[in-house]
Amino acid sequence: MNYIDSGLKVVGTRPIRPDGVEKVTGRAVFAADTRSAGMVWGKVLRSPHAHARILSIDTSKAAALPGVRAIVTGADFPNIASEEAFVGEGPMNFRDLSLNVIARDKVLYEGHALAAVAATTQAIADEALSLIDVKYEVLPHVIDVEEAMAEGAPILHDDMFTSGVSPKPTKPSNIAKVVTFKKGDAEAGFKEADVIVEGRYTTKPVHQAYIEPHACLVTYNPDGQTTIHSSSQGHFMVRAYTAKLLGLEMSDIRAIPAEIGGGFGGKTLVYLEPLAVALSRKAGKSVKMQMTREEVFRGSGPTSGATVEVKIGAKKDGTIVAAKQVLKYQAGAFAGSPIGPGCMCGFAMYDLPNIDVVGYDVVSNRPKVAAYRAPGAPITSFAVESLLDDLALKLGIDPLTLREKNAAKNGTKTHYGPTHQNIGFTAVLDAVKSHPHWKTPLKPGQGRGLAAGFWFNIGGESSASVHVNEDGSVTAATGSPDIGGSRASIGMMVAEALGVSAERVRTTVADTASIGFTHVTGGSRVTFATGMAATQAAEKVVEDLKRRAAQTWEIPVEAVEWKDGKAYPAGSNAGAFEPLDLATLALKAARTGGPIQAEVSVNAQGAGAGFGAHICDVSVDKETGQVTIERYTAIQDVGKAIHPSYVEGQIQGGAAQGIGWALNEEYIYNDKGQLENPGFLDYRCPVASDVPMIEAVLVEVPNPRHPFGARGVGEVPIVPPMAAVANAIRSATGLRMPDLPMSPPKVRAALDAAG
Amino acid sequence: MAKQYVSTTINGESAEFLCETQQTLLDVLRDVVGLTGSKEGCASGDCGACSVIVDGRLVCSCLMLGVEAEGKSITTIEGIAQGEKLHPVQQKFLEHAALQCGFCTPGLIVATKALLDENPNPTETEARYWLAGNLCRCTGYDKVIRAVMDAAAVMRGETV
Repeated sequence: MNYIDSGLKVVGTRPIRPDGVEKVTGRAVFAADTRSAGMVWGKVLRSPHAHARILSIDTSKAAALPGVRAIVTGADFPNIASEEAFVGEGPMNFRDLSLNVIARDKVLYEGHALAAVAATTQAIADEALSLIDVKYEVLPHVIDVEEAMAEGAPILHDDMFTSGVSPKPTKPSNIAKVVTFKKGDAEAGFKEADVIVEGRYTTKPVHQAYIEPHACLVTYNPDGQTTIHSSSQGHFMVRAYTAKLLGLEMSDIRAIPAEIGGGFGGKTLVYLEPLAVALSRKAGKSVKMQMTREEVFRGSGPTSGATVEVKIGAKKDGTIVAAKQVLKYQAGAFAGSPIGPGCMCGFAMYDLPNIDVVGYDVVSNRPKVAAYRAPGAPITSFAVESLLDDLALKLGIDPLTLREKNAAKNGTKTHYGPTHQNIGFTAVLDAVKSHPHWKTPLKPGQGRGLAAGFWFNIGGESSASVHVNEDGSVTAATGSPDIGGSRASIGMMVAEALGVSAERVRTTVADTASIGFTHVTGGSRVTFATGMAATQAAEKVVEDLKRRAAQTWEIPVEAVEWKDGKAYPAGSNAGAFEPLDLATLALKAARTGGPIQAEVSVNAQGAGAGFGAHICDVSVDKETGQVTIERYTAIQDVGKAIHPSYVEGQIQGGAAQGIGWALNEEYIYNDKGQLENPGFLDYRCPVASDVPMIEAVLVEVPNPRHPFGARGVGEVPIVPPMAAVANAIRSATGLRMPDLPMSPPKVRAALDAAG
Repeated sequence: MAKQYVSTTINGESAEFLCETQQTLLDVLRDVVGLTGSKEGCASGDCGACSVIVDGRLVCSCLMLGVEAEGKSITTIEGIAQGEKLHPVQQKFLEHAALQCGFCTPGLIVATKALLDENPNPTETEARYWLAGNLCRCTGYDKVIRAVMDAAAVMRGETV
């Protein structure tokens, strides 16, 4: 059923989320909040070297320490063959993941795990780590993406031969693959251009910086049956990866989702769980593990640092005739940067006749990158949206007009294949034009920047069940960890379909043994795909309730209609009966067929791409180089906001993360390839006093593939901010800042250089 | 080394515990006393997820030793609500959707209570600087600050 044009009573309102009270009272149970009788503590030994061969690991002294219950090294894990996995978000190779969880022959980055210890106390576990004697042969290392691509660079993997080039290379390389996308003839297009602009942009690796460090509590039983309680963006992902890496049956693993304290893509893969299971197996005890913040920075997934070159050619009237882009993304120690989306997203917002894009996926001695909110898109859009600003300036055209002129519309064929359908980019740009922020004159000394952003959004596999309880209240369960309010949105869709209030429906996240397979909470997919499954389950329940009413009244089911949570006879011909509400039908459920419930699994298609545009005003302190965000407005097509507050929250949070990426956040390495700022003091995430109110403007162009018109909203908002800030700085100072972060020393240096 | 005996007050009730001298108050609260509402986000005093109020002063419990709690009065997130009744700050966080993942929320609520105890009528700027020690990665702070300002108004009796 499609509810888009029906009178909605619940969807679009702002009820208090069902898990809210637990979370404001400290009762919500996150992964590190659980204990088990007789449990021991697991800790990880990590490489101090950016690149080294492991010559030997002597654990004898550590094993002899009183209180130590188990030690594992790479030798305790099976070697996994190279095999592509589609378990998390983005491509992953099972072998690489195994080698990332625990190193075998070589450590490939500072922080790479190479052994783990379980002991009766954390202090003993720490002491045991210090007693493990590792002999290394330190190897030359490389961090920067272009240095890693250069001739003579230290090679991370002797068996890595660049794919996607012809002829097949004969020498190993740090370039894992080259990807190309072409549309039309870019070279011919540039010949027609009146104006050509070019730019070269660099970004630093940044971390997702969820506030909750990775944690788990694991029990391996002697019969192999294992319970994993952990914080992740998908417990089915945890089960799949852990089973594969340890050679266990999936049915022997029950993965229980803890509350998750943020992920942003960084919890779509495993780090601790396989180590904890191996330790628990050896120790015969439950094992609890939790990363320190330093370990999170050193050992878990930031996103790529990158170099991006862009060239755009346009006619005098602003019509873009050709565009070219070369992207080089750090993958970290193993292949798999988000270079694909990087190549696709930069130009995806525009209707361009001739496009030529080349992307390089490059390994270097940094933690393996993990997905980070619209993986790959913020980097490419920082480059493209910055250059569009320069183009507008050169042409003397307003930057909004330039984007309007070239905006992708329904029917625009992208350079990577699909044709845009049911998109709302034009509506977003219209909303920019009419917004007071865009029309308000700038204050003296301030600059204003505009930038747009795109993300595909995904659908995929989800399961949900809806149970009508004996008293007529409703319980919905899904397989999607709730990372930002999805219990609320799922419950509201179920309530709407059933015709009851939001408060009548309580939503839980079910473990891997209690609900059908559900893909990770990522790709902005939960409200779309899991919401679709839950809505369909509610509709099945409604059909069942109508059948039960028909049975009670002894009339045909076609003569029953469901309205506002009650069965009514459909018209006077059906007979005169008092309506039957949920509670009455539930009470008599035993006599009408037993418990009332339905579970639905879907592979949801048609997620509906998301577009946004951000307006940013800044002031720049000429003495210190400090950039202050004075006003910020984020406009986005959200399809349909199920719970508008949490949609706004996604947009505001994404914008703030993007502002951090723009102004301050970066991984800083020393000459040994060691991270120098693995803490929140020196890795500077935005704090409350760094940002103003962020106005989120919801544009609603319904997605016809979703029962309520929803499209994903969580990732688009991190795409525009870097260019929006950069363009605002350019507006305020006349300086183009092509290198992130635009931190005070860099801005100050640019101001000085410009005199 | 022998564990130390500590006698203190937690959330208005007298409490005793044994802890090792190097254990932080956060570790004691979570691992010894069993109050896991205070979170460890960094263990270095940078994120504020472990915020508690000690004798009226807002502190990061990861930067204080358990033994230093001797004779002190400690308020944790578990002590903010009065029985069944949520504190106005908690209520306004819910109404304004000022939380997403909820991990930083206990610390933010404790820090906000400490702010409003000291300054019942903060400006937005004062609230932002007071809460600058509490990292939230999900919300961008917008709804958090709105909840704080609204809670302050309620506590001043200006609105409900």
